[in-house]
Amino acid sequence: MTIKQLSVFLENKSGRINEVTKVLGENGINMQAFSMAETTDFGILRLIVSDVDKAVEVLRAKNFAVVLTDVVCICCPNVAGALSKILEKLAAHQIFIEYMYAFAQGDQANIVIRPSNLEECVRLLAEEDCHILDRKQLQ
Amino acid sequence: MIWNKNKECMSRDELRDLQGKRLHKLVDLVYHNTPFYREKMQELDLLPDDIRTIDDIVKLPFTTKADLRDNYPMGLVAAPMTEIVRIHASSGTTGNPTIVGYTYRDLEIWKEVTARALTAYGVTRGDIVSVGYGYGLFTGGLGAHYGVEHLGATVLPTSTGNTEKHIRLLRDLGVTGLACTPSYALYLAEALNKQGLTGADLKLRIGAFGAEPWTENMRREIEERLGIQAYNIYGLSEIMGPGVAYECGCKNGSHIAEDHFYPEIINPETGEVLPLGQEGELVLTTLTKTGMPLLRYRTKDLTTLMPGTCDCGRTSVRFTRILGRSDDMLIIRGINVFPSQVEAVILEIPEIAPCYMLVVDRKNNLDTLEVQVELRPDSFSDDMGSMLALKRKLSDRLKSVLSISAEVKLVEPNSLPRSEGKSTRVIDKRVLA
Ligand SMILES: [Zn+2]
Repeated sequence: MTIKQLSVFLENKSGRINEVTKVLGENGINMQAFSMAETTDFGILRLIVSDVDKAVEVLRAKNFAVVLTDVVCICCPNVAGALSKILEKLAAHQIFIEYMYAFAQGDQANIVIRPSNLEECVRLLAEEDCHILDRKQLQ
Repeated sequence: MIWNKNKECMSRDELRDLQGKRLHKLVDLVYHNTPFYREKMQELDLLPDDIRTIDDIVKLPFTTKADLRDNYPMGLVAAPMTEIVRIHASSGTTGNPTIVGYTYRDLEIWKEVTARALTAYGVTRGDIVSVGYGYGLFTGGLGAHYGVEHLGATVLPTSTGNTEKHIRLLRDLGVTGLACTPSYALYLAEALNKQGLTGADLKLRIGAFGAEPWTENMRREIEERLGIQAYNIYGLSEIMGPGVAYECGCKNGSHIAEDHFYPEIINPETGEVLPLGQEGELVLTTLTKTGMPLLRYRTKDLTTLMPGTCDCGRTSVRFTRILGRSDDMLIIRGINVFPSQVEAVILEIPEIAPCYMLVVDRKNNLDTLEVQVELRPDSFSDDMGSMLALKRKLSDRLKSVLSISAEVKLVEPNSLPRSEGKSTRVIDKRVLA
């Protein structure tokens, strides 16, 4: 159970993130989560949005370089040490986290994970009875 | 195969004799028909009869691109307008465009030298050659076009633009030859792959590439991806257009059509003629042109004339790959850097668009070079590691080609300025400081 994440290539100059959110907003696309990975001259803006296909279309039309990536989104159990237990299990199975970021949905905390091995990661999470979110549960 | 054995393989002595006779006639022509040259010769106290042999050429004045612009539009034309049958123009980045007028006889010579080039690459009457150079004021399209026809092969005047249709025609007609810029050849290979095709799906076997600098790496890549033999064709509109010089099967230097274009290598700073084998600026004299003949035209192209004879049997002198252009040269940390070198590296890396901007600056008394390049939209990856690896690949290549390190900056697709397809852009902030 994976989700399509939208990644956008951005130069490090002022107003570029704003341009992305503006284009999405004008097209009625809702941003549910985002994270930014930066280097000195460019960054990768990673987004979970309400209509990923439309987002790709409208951003490409504005000359943005965009790509879709499969990620896993889990609802973090509200128990102390729960996340650490999950991460330990993944590490024990040689699954590395390329990146992860968290976002809130109502009163629940969600985590987006990009693992080195997606299928295996989903299998292990399911074993842990981890609550994996699908597209619909993000609305 | 050799198109004109008589001229391409004549003994060096005979050739020098012919060049001397033609030069004498040429000087006589411009002295009496081009006020610009008459005045220049009078300043030097020269009369046409002072030029007897080809060695006398050093007495003659140089011609520069600025002279062409200053005499815009037709000031350097030696023939009456009734004799001019075609005009080409090259776009200037600054000032007036350069106008070149051709007589019917000039066009005959142009066809002849281009047919020599195509024959040297192995093109025969049985070939179909697609000309993917721009048709129009630029000399590439029409120049190659008439060369193919003159040789008796079939020309397909595809020009630039519709790549999908181009690929379709290449396939459906079984086109065997391709004349275009080397970067367009690579673009075509990309476009083929995108359609799930490779060079093996085409019958192409020979490519004639020119009008921009390219490297041996690009040659290898084009040859592998399109399954062809790729050859250099050299020319410039001021002198004629494509066909002034061409590689042969040996792919070791480009032969100059020396019976029509006399080459010299000079020190670009002093104008002194350099001995054979030394690197400098290529200077060409149009020995036989009658429309707009030029004496000792400074091409700004930096190269070396190669001593020794070629295995192909041609006796005409060869020059090595063009190293750069003297007027574009930047001196960064004491090292000569040519935008064309950067361009050649960029053209080798498919993830990057053939468009760039060089920013030269001075920080803490040290020159810095930033190379801004555009990421191709379909080469973007969510993996930061591979994006950084792409940056590193480019900076490593630049360092090995330029001998100085450059800061690579990846910018968004379509964000660098473009004009007329030419992508050379330099900002030298040191001049402003
Ligand atoms: Zn040869």
